[in-house]
Amino acid sequence: MSIEAREARQPWILLSPALTAVTLLLFVPLMFIVVYSFWLRSAVGADTMGFHLDNWQRALTDPFYRYILLNTLKIAAITTVLCAILGYPAAYFIARSRGNKLLLLVLLMLPFWISYIIRTMSWINILGTSGALNSALMSLGITSEPIRMLYNENTVILGLVHFLLPFMVLNVFVSLDGIDTNLEDAANSLGATKWQAFTQVTLPLSLPGLAAGGLLCFVLAAGTYITPLILGGPRDAMFANLVFEAIITQLNWPMGSALSLLLLFVLGLLVLVYNRYLGMSQLTKGLG
Amino acid sequence: MGWQLIRLYAILVYGFMFLPVAVVVLLSFNDSQFGAFPMTGFSLRWFEALWNNDAIMRAFRTSIVLGLMTAVISTTLGVLASLALVRYRVPGRNLITTMLIAPILVPEVVLAVALLLFLNFLGIGKSFTLLLFGHVIFTLPFVILVVQARLVGIRRDVEEAALSLGASPRQTFFSITLPLLMPAVAAGALFAFTISFDDITGTLFWKPGGVETVPTQIFAMLRHSISPEINALGTVMIVLTVGLPLLGAALARRMAMKRGG
Repeated sequence: MSIEAREARQPWILLSPALTAVTLLLFVPLMFIVVYSFWLRSAVGADTMGFHLDNWQRALTDPFYRYILLNTLKIAAITTVLCAILGYPAAYFIARSRGNKLLLLVLLMLPFWISYIIRTMSWINILGTSGALNSALMSLGITSEPIRMLYNENTVILGLVHFLLPFMVLNVFVSLDGIDTNLEDAANSLGATKWQAFTQVTLPLSLPGLAAGGLLCFVLAAGTYITPLILGGPRDAMFANLVFEAIITQLNWPMGSALSLLLLFVLGLLVLVYNRYLGMSQLTKGLG
Repeated sequence: MGWQLIRLYAILVYGFMFLPVAVVVLLSFNDSQFGAFPMTGFSLRWFEALWNNDAIMRAFRTSIVLGLMTAVISTTLGVLASLALVRYRVPGRNLITTMLIAPILVPEVVLAVALLLFLNFLGIGKSFTLLLFGHVIFTLPFVILVVQARLVGIRRDVEEAALSLGASPRQTFFSITLPLLMPAVAAGALFAFTISFDDITGTLFWKPGGVETVPTQIFAMLRHSISPEINALGTVMIVLTVGLPLLGAALARRMAMKRGG
């Protein structure tokens, strides 16, 4: 074999293990559950193969499923907006600070390394009936009995914001850090106030980072089922909880397949719209 | 004025991120028998209880073994793929990159369901093997992103120098490329281990009955009531997940300094 041919084959040899892994462990399984979603669950033994539209019909028309889907999107949207409101100024502070930027960033990213379940359950210590907040309120004499603050939709959102904020900060920081500060100075010297320079120069230039952070927050929030189980009440199920219920509790795998594909489809649509306007490169910038 | 306001805001955001974690650590040293406020005194009893809790220690062993195996496999696959993507002109590079990071673009619940149902169909039911496959595919994109970012910084001419001085490609790889690659490999492995150690979303779908990892064990304990042991366990997890990467970074810096780089 010629050297050129060997050189051309080399990258494929290096890539083949990873490509085989994603093909066999992701793409083929995804295609498999598309098929599975048309099967029917049977009470005993194996599920009935075939082409039945029952699961899809139920997934798309059942008012309960629709309500949960819309509510999940609402929770994800509120979480994303809150992450942006909390995260943008913090990222701006880090990017424009004259101190040790890297240290400030690492400090804010530290909780990202701390176990998700620990961070989620830590709110029980703060908001629970014998938590920090209630103890403080009671010892100050503001209330005589502990207030029930936990296990509702608001605490689910709180937990999600706490979990996802680092993703937002990192993405906004990456795009803010890439903006030449001379641009702001130029705007100032041309007579713009600081606020004008920010809203007309810096903010528009940092929008790709904000959008990337927002997409990550939204998709991750909309796909979670652990946070509602820990911080939500019995009626605060999100869409992924329905999937978990169908697969693990009810063992209705065909229905679970249809529901997970529906979730994938809704979130995938969002990613496609994002990709159409902003491209994928911004997302990987923040992750790398 | 404006800057002071932003600074104050940022400090509050830092507080929001750290306060709950600080409370976990604080309560894990609380002597009170309910493990909640008020603080009644300093004690290590909950760490002792943790050490004597067989279920938790078993979960720790499972998590560590799973994390190490995941790190080895995922890093191997990830480093090879990253080498190909950074070092060679591969046709369809963007498509391949998107394919390789697809496991984190798909919601993890969907990935979990698809993998469980497909491998079960092939005869691999809920088992340690399924857990391992799941963790590998879920951590692979992170490894590839981290390693690629590091690889770009390694200059190609050092290798070319070795080759032109008569080293074989194999010699060049093992005595030039691999040592230069080590920080990237270490970073990828650490990332894979930490993500595997922390995963619960997929793990709850894949784990066989009776097998618990640390996060699923905490989850199971939370469903009963919040026992003070959980806070102690939380403190240990915080030290592990934050301490390990910091230690890794410090070691890497020390190694780099020794080499005079």
